[in-house]
Order: sequence, then structure tokens, then C-alpha cells
Amino acid sequence: MTVLQKTAEPAVNAETARSIGLTEEEFERLKKILGRDPNWTELGITSALWSEHCSYKSSKVYLKEFPTAGPHVLQGPGENAGVVDVGHGWVAVFKMESHNHPSFIEPYQGSMTGVGGILRDVFTMGARPIACMDALRFGEIDAPRMRFLIDGVVRGIGGYGNCMGIPTVGGETGFHRCYDGNILVNAFALGIARHDRIFHARASGAGNPVLYVGSRTGRDGIHGATMASESFDKESEQKRPTVQVGDPFTEKVLLEACLEAMRTGAIVAIQDMGAAGLTSSTFEMAGRGGTGLHLDLDQVPLRQPGLTPYEMMLSESQERMVLVAKKGREEEVEKVFRRWGLEVADIGEITTTGRAVLTWHGEMAADVPIQPLTEEAPVYRRPVAEPTDLAARWRAPEVPQPDDPRQALEELLATPEFASKRWIWQQYDHTVRTNTVQGPGGDAAVLLLKGTPSGLAMTCDVNPVYCYFDPRRGGAQAVAEAVRNLACVGAEPVGLTDCLNFGNPERPEISWQFREAVRGISDACRALAVPVISGNVSFYNETEGQSIYPTPAVAMVGVIPNLSNLPNPWFQREGDRIVLLGEDRSEFGGAAYLRLLYDLEQGRPPEVDLDAELRLARLLRGLVARGLIHTAHDLSEGGFLISLAEACFGRRTLGARVEVPLAGADLFSETQGRALVACAPAALDRVLQAAEEAGVPAREIGETGGGELVVKSGGEVLSAPVDRLHEIWSTALPKALGL
Amino acid sequence: MKCGVVVFPGSNCDHDVYHVLKHVLEQEVTFLWHQDDSLQGCELIVLPGGFAYGDYLRAGALAALSPVMGAVKRHAEAGGLVLGICNGFQVLLEAGLLPGAMRRNENLRFQCLDVHLRTERADLPFTRRLKPGQVLRLPIAHAEGNYEDSPARLDALEANGQVVFRYCEPDGRITSESNPNGAARNIAGICNVAGNVLGLMPHPERCSEAVLGNTDGLALFASAVEVGSRHLQAAGAGR
Repeated sequence: MTVLQKTAEPAVNAETARSIGLTEEEFERLKKILGRDPNWTELGITSALWSEHCSYKSSKVYLKEFPTAGPHVLQGPGENAGVVDVGHGWVAVFKMESHNHPSFIEPYQGSMTGVGGILRDVFTMGARPIACMDALRFGEIDAPRMRFLIDGVVRGIGGYGNCMGIPTVGGETGFHRCYDGNILVNAFALGIARHDRIFHARASGAGNPVLYVGSRTGRDGIHGATMASESFDKESEQKRPTVQVGDPFTEKVLLEACLEAMRTGAIVAIQDMGAAGLTSSTFEMAGRGGTGLHLDLDQVPLRQPGLTPYEMMLSESQERMVLVAKKGREEEVEKVFRRWGLEVADIGEITTTGRAVLTWHGEMAADVPIQPLTEEAPVYRRPVAEPTDLAARWRAPEVPQPDDPRQALEELLATPEFASKRWIWQQYDHTVRTNTVQGPGGDAAVLLLKGTPSGLAMTCDVNPVYCYFDPRRGGAQAVAEAVRNLACVGAEPVGLTDCLNFGNPERPEISWQFREAVRGISDACRALAVPVISGNVSFYNETEGQSIYPTPAVAMVGVIPNLSNLPNPWFQREGDRIVLLGEDRSEFGGAAYLRLLYDLEQGRPPEVDLDAELRLARLLRGLVARGLIHTAHDLSEGGFLISLAEACFGRRTLGARVEVPLAGADLFSETQGRALVACAPAALDRVLQAAEEAGVPAREIGETGGGELVVKSGGEVLSAPVDRLHEIWSTALPKALGL
Repeated sequence: MKCGVVVFPGSNCDHDVYHVLKHVLEQEVTFLWHQDDSLQGCELIVLPGGFAYGDYLRAGALAALSPVMGAVKRHAEAGGLVLGICNGFQVLLEAGLLPGAMRRNENLRFQCLDVHLRTERADLPFTRRLKPGQVLRLPIAHAEGNYEDSPARLDALEANGQVVFRYCEPDGRITSESNPNGAARNIAGICNVAGNVLGLMPHPERCSEAVLGNTDGLALFASAVEVGSRHLQAAGAGR
């Protein structure tokens, strides 16, 4: 059997294989699978399928540790997105994915296509997307290109979601110098569907046609998946052509057309063309279904003539889908897409051979077995080594006392880390679709599940500094904080998705970070009963050998049974009693107080007591369900005083007068498992009683009211006008950006 | 009352308007496809928000040329009710059903936030449930809401009483701080001379249910529906 090898293409050998990302062993493995030398197209296909980005070859062995089952889980990891039951006949479909590398090279298009890709993952399952969130990590604002990157990423996220009409309801943004050379853009999307209307990307039925819909294929993004599997160096700027260009309008009509076409009942399987485009979409569908595939590449719609099979198979042109239709019913499907002004092409059919056969210009462009390339891709257990200086990193830091706690509070509120992120989320449409009960800026976003009394809550969390000092504890903390944030709006978690951003896994310390973080997430997920239903791994986040801090971002979704008693994260009424829940300790490992005010990162991060977290979460959910509280806000980075100040910054600012046994620096201690609640005076006894029954330490610390924030601790009194604090907090980010 | 919500490719508030008319106000509602030039007997036509045809050229410019707009024009000329929200307002301007034009927001950024509006006309089919000077809180979400026209034409607009809503402070004062996009004379919404065509940038459909924490927008739809049902009663009585 002969496959086409064009003379204009590079010769196929170990060296050219390495140039497109395959190691020598992988090249040998491919030759063994084929029983002959591959041609250039086959080599390119394999390079994409076996890239870290598509194959998870360095992470698979650890990801198995995640608990993925639960009473609500209908689809765990392995599909385009996970699916959980959220009641009343509805399911939620969600996933988070990174677009770090493209966003660093070209922030606007990089973040746009990140949002576009994750939305396709959701609607390809038959769900209508109803919410987006974004977890963003930038470097220091004064780092080179950083203002340009921030502006571009924010415009890109807005540009896509706003045009699609899908609200961006939450997320988080952090700043740290470890991201100066490698920012993180993690996009989350959630859709809803009726229980029985979920679609899968599993091909079946020999003779069924393979249809291509959406944008034409161009030369953009060729080898994007491979680029995302490499570290950055000085030449990365030249990789700009590997970044794709987004067209949200086309995606919007694609969304409507796909959902309409799915209702015809003539679609067997559907998959979007994301990373590694036509290759991964067709191979993964056939691989999952155990079928073969014949593609006639002459039928692929092209943006310009002259694309080679290699380019067609590896292009990452956006807004394209592949679907398998029922034979004889193609016309029904095609009619829908044409009505929406989209191109449809019949590019091949499903076979029983288990092979992918690609023909082009009357010749064989490629002929490879599918499952050996997809299901049996290489798996690596990379060498792991604990950092040799771990003991030194864990040495407890010297904690300087603040000269003036009010000044320390004001300085912290003025940092980009703590400042209001309104400047960012005001550029995102967060109210379209009329489900947004609580938008960005709170502990968790809350969306109405229309036609039911319930709501969906969602949040994104991770503290990269904790994860650097102790990845296992950091991973657990991210999950615990997400559960706490959901509990503050009365939501019971039903599942999480993650975006695991790390450096180069070929370095033993990075693999150690990864293993430990996955263990930490798994520990917490088991203890708090939250299954992992989807996720994404992004390795090679480093520039010139400088790795980012391990950043396993967690996005968690919960269900609020009844929205009628929803508390705010802010104080609402004068004279409400404020109760502090949880136990106070003095814990400063990796704390923001030391990092931002004293430039000191040191020590093991705060302990994560998962039993205490579970008791706190249950208590909070109970308080919300019984309608006992007006305000609930968790304590996290920055500790008690930061949370208290934030609670004063509602749509209408409102002061508070409290007395606490915390003095000096302890006002900023980051002990976990704590939250603030506020209730009417008449409800106070019931709140304290509920806390006692739940086994959660609780004490009344004061009341809301007036225009001042007054904190008595020990013999000292801190007093500040709330409007002044609010002014500092709300203007700091635009000021830092120079706007 | 039979209501029609126009769907252009790229409309994205069509379902939201449909929801308010159908489920909150319990009216008969149908979607009207951009390629059709019939309004299927609808009395109230809503051009919803979104990015019709992607708005890559100029917001609303392509949508204004679509077949359905011919029918919308005839409906408006015959005195039928037409409401354009956000992108729908931009389409009405491009189609010449309302005067003036939109520029990019003054800060050149998409802006999504709650704004306050002062009601300048409470006698229109869309505003009869409001009081003159009443202040509403509504969300905006747009990048091109910076309304502009020549000074003479703006004077004429004011003289004709065509300014329906202005951006204002919570207490109703018209200030430059309360203007979110740089619109001339804080103009947020205008009508045609006859008063049956209204365009506004804020989204009343996003604040028409108590569960969303704000029902200030419902009055616009409820007013129109009330007018429509009176027409029906009058027609019924005449028969």
C-alpha cells in the first residue's frame, strides 16, 4: 500500500518528527503501529494527537485519582464537557479550559478563541450555554507588555461572550510576578439541557455521512496544540501565526443552527473542531465509537485554494463542527444549517475498518489505525522530586505587626490583588439571558433556573502562592474555598471542573507539584463530596526556564433549592447583627499581608481542616435555607479585616461596628474555614443556636450601620469612613492601569 | 395582543423579550425571521438586542436592509407599535425609522451596568404606565450607544418631544457623570414624531421580574400591551 508523499513536503525522519513535537521514541512507536514509515500528513496527525494538549500523556496517571462519580453525575471526564443533574428535569453541562499560550502571544484573539472553544464544547453536548466565567492571572502591572495583555484579554473575552449573548457572570483575577512571562486565561462555560437531550461525540453506524459545518478551513492555527505543549522562549513572538482568529457572529449562528439541527433527530454524533481541528474531532469521535472513517479531503471547504492534506488536518480555524448524520436524513440537517447561512459539506463516511483513510486528488493522503493513535497514545509517569529546600520554604515567617492597621487595610485595598475588579467585568455583558440574580463581585454568581424555584451557583478559586509552598494543601484549599463560596449563597455543590496550569512536567519538581496538587484536590473532593466531572491540563507554562506557580484553578457549580432567601455578600440593613463563624488562628504562610506589604513569601500555607469546612458549609446552607441571614461572605485571602471591609461595599455602602479578639497582624491572618454572616437582631439567637448544633464556633462581634467601619481589638480602635475605603478600593485598578 | 420578536442572525436578546411577553405578561408571541417580509398579523413588533449580522460593519447597518425591515417600516407607517432595544434601536436608526446615529461609547469600551433614566414622555403607548419625570433603573450593555445628531436636528428632536428617556442621577438630575456613553444631551431613548416607534439603549426586558431584583422595565411592555388590548376591545366593539 502506498501513501502520498509530496516532494515539496519535508522528508520524514526522526529529526523532522522532533521539529513538530514528536520524540524519537514516539516516532519509533508510530512506525511500529503503522508497520512502515509514515508520510508527512500522518506524522503531523500523530504529532497533534500525541501532543500533551490533546493526549494528556504526562497527567493521565494522576488524573485517575480524582473522584468522578456522584449521585448527580451523568457524564464524567472524557467527553467534550461533564454533565450533572440539577433537578426539575434539567442538567448542567460545564467545563473549563486554558488558552494561556495563544493569549500571551496575541491577547485579544487568544482570549476570544478561548471563550469560543469552551462554548463549543458545551453546545456540542446539546446544551444551551447560559453562563461564562474566567480565571485570569496576570503578572505585575508594570511588567513589559502587561497593560497591553490585560486590556487585550479583557476585550477579547468581552468581544466573544457579548456578541454570543452569553453572560460572563463571575471569575477571578490575580496578579503575581510569576506570570510576567506567561499569563493564564482559563475560560469556563456552563450550559443547560433537558435530561434526555444530551448529545455525545461517539461515532457509530457504518455508511453514515460525516458532515462539516461552519467556517471554511484556512491556514490559521496550524499546530496550535503542539505550540501549547511547549515552553516559551525569545522566538515565541514568531508563533503569532499559530494563534487562531475568532468570529463570534459565526459561532452564534452555529450555536443556534446546531441546537436546531439536534432537534431533528437526524444527528448521531457531533464534535467541535478545537485544538488539532479536523484531526482531533474526527479521530476522537471514531476512537470513542470504535469505528473507522473515510474522509474525502477534496470536499473540505477551504478559505483559499492550495491547502495540503497536512494543512487541512492540522488547521485550527475556528467556528467549525463535524457531525455524523443518519444516512438518508442528511438533507434535514443540511437544511437547518443553510437556513442559518452556514456552509455544509459532506466530507466522508463512517466505516467499520477501525482505520482513518484520507483521500485527496485521487490518491491516498493517509491511512492509519485510529484507536492505537487515540485511546493508546503514549502515557508517561515522569520522574518526580520534592524540592530540596522544602523545609526552608516551610519555615514559619516572622510576622511584623502593622504600625497602623487602618493604613495596612488601605494599602491592601489599593493593590490590584484586592481592588475591585469592576473595571474588568463591567466590560462583560453579565445580564443578558435574564437569569442573573447575582453577577460578578460576590462570593459566587447566582443564576435563575427558569421555570423552577431553584438557582445555579458558580465560583472559581485557587491561591497560587499556597500551591507553590504546598501544592497538596493548596489544591485542597481551592476546593474548600469554592465549597465555602457556594455555601455563602446556600448552594450545595454538584460538581467541579478544573484547569490545571503548571510548568514543564519534564522537570521533576513540576511533576511533583502536579501530583501533589491533584492529590490535594482529590482529598478535598472526597471529604466534601464533590465529583470532578471535566477539566483540562495546561503544562509548559514557563518562559526562558522560569515557571509559573502551580495554578490548579477550580470552578465549582452548585444548586440552590430555593432562591427566595438568597443573602447578599454585602451588608444590607442597618442594625443587623454580625456573627463571625469558624476558629481564628494566627496563620501567615503565603499570606497576602506579608506578600503585598512586606514583599515576603514564606511558610507553609494555612491548614485546611476538611471536616471543619464541611460543618461550616452545612451550617451556611442551613442558615440560608431557613432565611435567617441577610449577608454571608467568606474569609479568604487577606483574612478578617479584608472580608469585613468588602462586606461594607454593597451597591449602597454601609458601615459596621465590631469588637474582635484579633489584634494587629492577626486581623489579616488567613486561617481557613471562616465566614461572616449578618442577621436581624431577632434572628441572632437562632443563628448562634444553629452554629452550636453544627459544631461551628460562632460569636457575635457587632452590628451594621452608619458610615464608619469601626473595629475594636484589644485596647486599640481602628476607625475609617467606609466611603473613603470604598473610593480607594473601587478606583485602584483603573489607576494602576493608567486609565 | 399578538407580539412579534424579530430574529436577525446574531440577535441575542430575542429569547429574553419573548420570555417577558409570553411568561410574565402572558401575551401571544411569535418569532419573526429576518428573511420574511410578513409580520404575521403582529401588533407589537420588538427589534431585540444583540449583534445582528455580527455588527462588523456598523451596528445595525446590515440588518436595516433585511427583508423583514420592509414590513416593519410599513407597520410603523400605519401607526403600528415598534420597539427597538439596544441593537434594535441601532437598527431603527440605520433603517431611518428614527433620526440620528450611534457612535462608539466615549471610552471606546463595551459597558454593562445599571443606569438611571428620567422619563421625559409619559404619554406614549410605551410609557403610559410611567409618570413624567419618573426615574427608572435599567441595565445597559453596549459598545455603541453614544447617540449623536447635528445641533439643529437635536433641537428639533427636543422641540418635537421625541426625547423619551435621558440618563440621569438616581434623583433625576441630568449630569455628565450619569451619562455612561457620551450620548448627546444624555439621550437614552427617542421616539418618532407620531410616538408609535420607540428606540432605547437600556434593556427593559432584563429587569421585568421580581426574582431578578428589579421590575422597573416591565412598565414599557405592560404599557404597550395595554394599548394593544384597548385597540382589540375597540375593534371588537365596532364589529
